[in-house]
Amino acid sequence: MTKRKTTAVVIGLGLVTLSACGSSDSGGAGDSKTVTLVSHDSWAVSKSVLADFEKQSGYKVRVLKDGDAGQAVNKAILTKDNPQGDVFFGVDNTLLSRALDNGLFQSYEAKGSDQIVQQYRIDQDRHRVTPIDSGDICVNYDKAYFSKHKLAPPASFDDLIKPAYKNLLVTENAGTSSPGLGFLLGTAAKYGDDGWQDYWKKLKANGVKVVDGWEQAYNDEFSGSAGGKKAKADRPLVVSYASSPPAEVIYADPKPKAAPTGVASGTCFRQVEYAGLLSNAKNTKGGKALLDFLISVKFQDDMPLNMFVYPVRETAQVPEEFVKFGPQAKNPETLAPAKIADNRDQWVKSWTSLVLK
Amino acid sequence: MDLARTEVASRKSRKESATRMGLMALPVAFFAVFFAYPVAAIVARGLKIDGAWRFGRIGEVLAQSDIRHVLWFTTWQALASTALTLLIALPGAYVFARFDFRGKQVLRAVVTVPFVLPTVVVGTAFLALLGRGGFLDQLWGVRLDTTVWAILLAHVFFNYAVVVRTVGGLWSQLDPRQEEAARMLGASRFAAWRRVTLPALSPAVAAAALMVFLFTFTSFGVVQILGGPTFSTLEVEIYRQTSEIFDLATAAVLTIVQFVAVGAILAVHAWTVRRRETALRLGAPELTVRRPRGAGQWALLGGVLASILVLLVLPLGVLVQRSLDAPGGYGFAYYKALTSADSGIFLVAPIAAIGNSLEYALAATAIAVVIGGLAAAALTRRTGRLVRGFDALLMLPLGVSAVTVGFGFLIALDEPPLDLRSSWILVPLAQALVGVPFVVRTVLPVLRAVDGRLREAAAVLGASPWRVWREVDLPLVRRALLIAAGFAFAVSLGEFGATVFIARPDNPTLPVAVARLLGRAGDLNYGQAMALSTILMVVCAVALLLLERIRTDRTGEF
Repeated sequence: MTKRKTTAVVIGLGLVTLSACGSSDSGGAGDSKTVTLVSHDSWAVSKSVLADFEKQSGYKVRVLKDGDAGQAVNKAILTKDNPQGDVFFGVDNTLLSRALDNGLFQSYEAKGSDQIVQQYRIDQDRHRVTPIDSGDICVNYDKAYFSKHKLAPPASFDDLIKPAYKNLLVTENAGTSSPGLGFLLGTAAKYGDDGWQDYWKKLKANGVKVVDGWEQAYNDEFSGSAGGKKAKADRPLVVSYASSPPAEVIYADPKPKAAPTGVASGTCFRQVEYAGLLSNAKNTKGGKALLDFLISVKFQDDMPLNMFVYPVRETAQVPEEFVKFGPQAKNPETLAPAKIADNRDQWVKSWTSLVLK
Repeated sequence: MDLARTEVASRKSRKESATRMGLMALPVAFFAVFFAYPVAAIVARGLKIDGAWRFGRIGEVLAQSDIRHVLWFTTWQALASTALTLLIALPGAYVFARFDFRGKQVLRAVVTVPFVLPTVVVGTAFLALLGRGGFLDQLWGVRLDTTVWAILLAHVFFNYAVVVRTVGGLWSQLDPRQEEAARMLGASRFAAWRRVTLPALSPAVAAAALMVFLFTFTSFGVVQILGGPTFSTLEVEIYRQTSEIFDLATAAVLTIVQFVAVGAILAVHAWTVRRRETALRLGAPELTVRRPRGAGQWALLGGVLASILVLLVLPLGVLVQRSLDAPGGYGFAYYKALTSADSGIFLVAPIAAIGNSLEYALAATAIAVVIGGLAAAALTRRTGRLVRGFDALLMLPLGVSAVTVGFGFLIALDEPPLDLRSSWILVPLAQALVGVPFVVRTVLPVLRAVDGRLREAAAVLGASPWRVWREVDLPLVRRALLIAAGFAFAVSLGEFGATVFIARPDNPTLPVAVARLLGRAGDLNYGQAMALSTILMVVCAVALLLLERIRTDRTGEF
C-alpha cells in the first residue's frame, strides 16, 4: 500500500473513531448534574417553566423524544437494562400494563401525589407510576356543516349509527393510531365484550371511513379543521381529542370568537398519561426531583396549552380557552388497564377483520 | 523462464488482492458495526426466547393468510411501480442525456427534489391532487386516493430521478458515433440502437430498475398514507409489529423474509450485470448533446416535459400554494411564524431545523463518499465470489426497514465505546447507511466501464497503482463521484425513517419538524408544515443546482 492510500484509510478510520468519541461529550450518562427525560413526540413545556426548575433544582434537563406514544414505550422496554434516561413520561392507560409487566419502573412516591384527583391514582401500594395528565378521545364535529344542513350534531355513540349521519364519520386505524384505538376501546367500554362488534357492523354499514393516522383523518378528511378546509374535506365528523376545538382557536390568526368545531360529548374515552422513575436509572436523585416537578402546580398549570391535555392536580388551573371552546367530557368511557392489556390485541385483530377486510 | 513468469504473475495478483483487502477493510468494518450487528441483535431478540432459538416461528408466521396477502401485495405493487417508472422515466433519461434545451439544469434539479422529500409531505400533496376536491376530481370527477393507482403514481413521483440520474448519467457519456457507425454499416435505426446502445446501457437500466424495485418493495410512508389502512407492505407490517403491537418475534420473521427476498433480487441483479457489462467508450457529454431536430424529437421533448409537469411539478406546486394560503389572503404569514420558538414543540424556532438538516446531511455525505468510494474502488476489478458477495452486501441496507435498524441501534450500540444512542453522529451514520449504496451504484458502473487496457498501459509504463488510479480512473469517475455525493446529500436531507428515531427535540431535521407540525391540530401548525416543506424543497433544489454547476465546470478535464 502506498503512503497516500494509507493516509486515505487513516482519515476514514479517524472519521469513524471521531464519531464514536462524539457520544461521550453529548451523552451525559452518569453525569449527576444532568437528568434525562424520555418521552414521546408530543412532549412540550414552556421554556421559562423548565428554566425555573433547572435553576431551583440545579439539574440540567435533557429531553429525549422517542417517537409516538407506543413507540416510545416499546423502546423504553427494549432498553430497560441500560435505559436512555432517568424518567419516562407518556405511558397511557392503554399501554400501562405492558410497561408495568415488563418492569419498566421503580417505586417512588412523588411529592404532591396526594394532590392528584383520586380517580387517576392507581398502583397505590407500589407507586411505580404517577399520573400527570388526562385527555379525552372524542368525535369532533364541523359546526358550519351542521348549521348549513340544519342538522343537530351527534351527541352519543348511538347517534353515530343513525341514518342522518350516514357517510359523515372518519376515524383512524385502531391497529396503528392511538385515537383510533381509544375510539375502539370507548365502544368496547360502552357496549361490552359482546356488543361492540355488532356496533361496529352498524357503523360500517353507516359508511364510516377508516384512514391510517390522526394526521390524515384530521387534516385531510375532516371538513372542520384548518387543513381540511384547504383540502376541501367532506367528512364533518372525526375521531380526535376534546382539546382539538381550543387548538383550532389558539393556532388561528386572527383568532375567531368561537371554535369552528365542537365535541360530541357522549362519544369520549378517557386517556390518562403516567410518568415513572426508570429501573436502572443512572441519576435517581435527579429523576425523583423531575417527577416532583411534573406534578408541581407550576408545571400542571403550564401543561394544558403546550400539550393540549388536562392537568390531574386538583388545584391546577384549566386555561380559559379550554373551558370556553372545549369543556372536558362529563362522563367519558373508561377501562381498567388490566382489562385493556388482556383484550387489546384480540380486539384489534377482530376489529381489523371486521372493519378493514 | 516459465517458472519466473508464473512467479511474477502470482506476486502481482497477491499484491492486487492485498490492495483490495485494504480498500475493503473500512467499508466492511462500517457495515459490520452499524448495520449487520444491530440488525442481528434485534432479530435475535425476537427469535431467541429464554436463551433458545425459536425457528419454528418462521413457519407459523408464514402460514398466516394475512401475512401471505401482505407478501403478495408487496411484490406485485413493486413490480408494477418499477415497470411504470421505467416506462415514464426512460424517455426522460434520454432527453436529459442527449438534448440540449433551455432550463435543462434547473429541470434536472427539480426532478430530483421529489426523491428527497419526506413521505408525509408527499402524501399530503398527492391527496390534494388525487383525492376529493383535487385536480382530477375537479376535471373529471375521478378520485384515486386509497386505490393502488395513487401508490403507483407516487412511486413514479419519488423514483423518476433514480432512473434519470442512473441511466442518464451513463447515456450522456456514450459516444453516439458508435451507433452512427453501425447505421453507416447498414443497420436500421432500431437495430443500431438495440445492438450498440442498449447493451451498453443495460447495466445502468438494471441498476436503476433494481433501485426502484427496492424502494417500492420496501415502501412505507406512501403505502401508509395513500393506500389507506387496507393496503400493507412487508415494511409497513414490520413497523406495525415492532412499533405498535410489540410482537418482536413476528417482526423478526418478517425481517428475515424481507432480507432473503432482497438478497435474492440482488443476486439476480449481480448476475445480469456481470453478463452484460462491457468496456465502453466514454466521452464528454457536451460532445453528445445537441438541440432537438425535427418534429419527432421536439414531440419527444414536449412529451417528456409535459409528463414532468403533471407528475412531478404539480404535486410540488400544491405544497407551495398551501404554504402561501394564509388566513388573511395569500402571503408569507406562515413563514414568519417559523422564526418563533413560542409553540413549545421544539424548544427552538422551527426555522433552525434548516441548519440542523444541512449539518447532518454534510456529515452523512462525507461518510457515504469515503465508505462508498473505497468500496467501489475495491470492487472495480471483479474477481472472486467474496468480492461479488460484498457488492451485494453494500446494497442490503436499502432493503432493510428503518424501524429494524433503529431498534437495532437502540439495543446494540448502547455500551461504551459505542454508546451512540444519544450522540448526534447517529443521525448521519444512519443516513450514510442509505447513502453508500448510491455512491457505489453510481460510481461502480463508470469505473468498471473504464477500459482495463488503459490501466495496463499505464502500469507497463511504470505508474504505481495509486498513480494509475489517479491518472486513469479518477478523471473518468469524478463526474460520477459528484453525482453520487449529490445523491447521498439529497437522500440524507430528506431521510425520515431512521432520523425520527434519533433526532433530539433541540435539533430536529426539516422532515422531522414537518412531521411534528403535521401531528398537531390548528391552522398555524398545518401552514407552518407546508412552509417548511416548501423550504426543504427549495434547499434541495438549490443544493442540486449547485451540483449541476460544479459538474459542468469540471467536464473540461475529460
